[in-house]
Amino acid sequence: MNFLGYKRPDGKVGIRNKVLILPTCACSSETCRIVSEQVKGTVYVSNQAGCSEVEQNLKICYDMYSGFAANPNIYGTVLLGLGCEGCTPQNMAEEIRKKTNKPLEIVIIQDEGGTVNAINKAVKYARKMVQDASLVQKEECPLSELFLGIECGGSDATSGLASNPVVGKVSDMIVDEGGSAVMSETTEFIGAEHVLAKRAATPEIKKQIITICKNLEEHLANVHQNLRTGQPTPGNKEGGVSTIEEKSLGCIYKGGTKPIVEVLDYAQMPTKKGALIMDTPGFDVASVTAMVAGGCQVIIFTTGRGTPTGNIIAPVIKVTGNSKTFKNMKDNIDFDASVVLNGEKTIEERGKDLFNELIEVANGKVTKAEAFGFNECSMNRICKFI
Amino acid sequence: MNINAIMLRPEDNVATVVNDVKAGDTVSFSKNGEQCVIKAAESIPAYHKIAVSDLKKGDHIIKYGQIIGGLTVDEVKKGCWISHKNIMSLPRNYEDEL
Repeated sequence: MNFLGYKRPDGKVGIRNKVLILPTCACSSETCRIVSEQVKGTVYVSNQAGCSEVEQNLKICYDMYSGFAANPNIYGTVLLGLGCEGCTPQNMAEEIRKKTNKPLEIVIIQDEGGTVNAINKAVKYARKMVQDASLVQKEECPLSELFLGIECGGSDATSGLASNPVVGKVSDMIVDEGGSAVMSETTEFIGAEHVLAKRAATPEIKKQIITICKNLEEHLANVHQNLRTGQPTPGNKEGGVSTIEEKSLGCIYKGGTKPIVEVLDYAQMPTKKGALIMDTPGFDVASVTAMVAGGCQVIIFTTGRGTPTGNIIAPVIKVTGNSKTFKNMKDNIDFDASVVLNGEKTIEERGKDLFNELIEVANGKVTKAEAFGFNECSMNRICKFI
Repeated sequence: MNINAIMLRPEDNVATVVNDVKAGDTVSFSKNGEQCVIKAAESIPAYHKIAVSDLKKGDHIIKYGQIIGGLTVDEVKKGCWISHKNIMSLPRNYEDEL
């Protein structure tokens, strides 16, 4: 089976064809918004950091924003910097060029002599890029080019019983086709890490899976936070998820059953293909953005309580295993997996249905979050600003 | 009789009810292919857990065939509601797992 995608000069394949207006830091973020509002066919992501950062936070910023530019759904990028920020436009451009040879233009507000001149220049670049992007025709591409990100948020007890197992089936199908599927949220491995670790392709990967869980608990303990007092969330508990172990054991179903071939750091691009894990926090928005920075063209997001989260670069497909939520949050949920709970369909059958939905979205079908133009963006942090 | 709860593994000591259950209602689930029936001792909301055996303080609660926590109250009788109010997460031992 094939899908229709946009072939990029770096060899990757996009399922959307957008021009990105990318801020290096908070100081150029609003200028990016104005540029994007003036040029149809562009998108922008906000940046609430990028300066006065410790080295580790700066690295996350470079990884994440260069990853957005390299995402295959992006045709090209207009990078907009202020000029004096810690996350420099030159370094950011270098990081982008390490990852991709796609079109890239740079505008620096201080060099242009203020916001109006910078907008003028960036709009001209963006208009040209959008026109060039419009000439790219969709082509038949094998499913091995797909890179799926798998997320869950607002879980309830149906997530572990219905939606996550159904998504796990899709993850396995993608891997069988030679593609990749990444599952994130280290918080939601805790209590199930011993089960997840059995899927590790090598003893080294098994060790990495246990270590990221251990490190996260220790990291939070450093700020006197017991992970168990924040997880599960009040909504999870009301939905029938009582402990982090119960939440995690249900969560890991969404990653399927295939051997895990690589454990990625936050917002890193993979070097291997197959079933992958990314070390991200349990905050769903900060996980989705990191997987998009890692190169996912599409996200499947399971929810029991119902959430609106979308992403401006990659379409997000919402799946619930809770029939009440599907009815109650119809504006937000794309796919109902609850039919596996009443025995109407098997997990296998509903997994195939969701796989077909995924192919339709790859071919251009607009998801509910995408139709709203939702643009949540959140970046993980190590510590305070300097 | 209709199945209205799910037991994921035969070693589990809780089942998940798939609709709201009232005290005295019959809860029916499949275990090793055989139908089991218990009586709900209290009201339990949809997708929450029901104890399928009597439990004492400190007992491990098993779902998905795995430990999901320990009982924090003196006892819970078969048919009662298991939730965050009577079970708690247990610390991990990562060194042993590594």
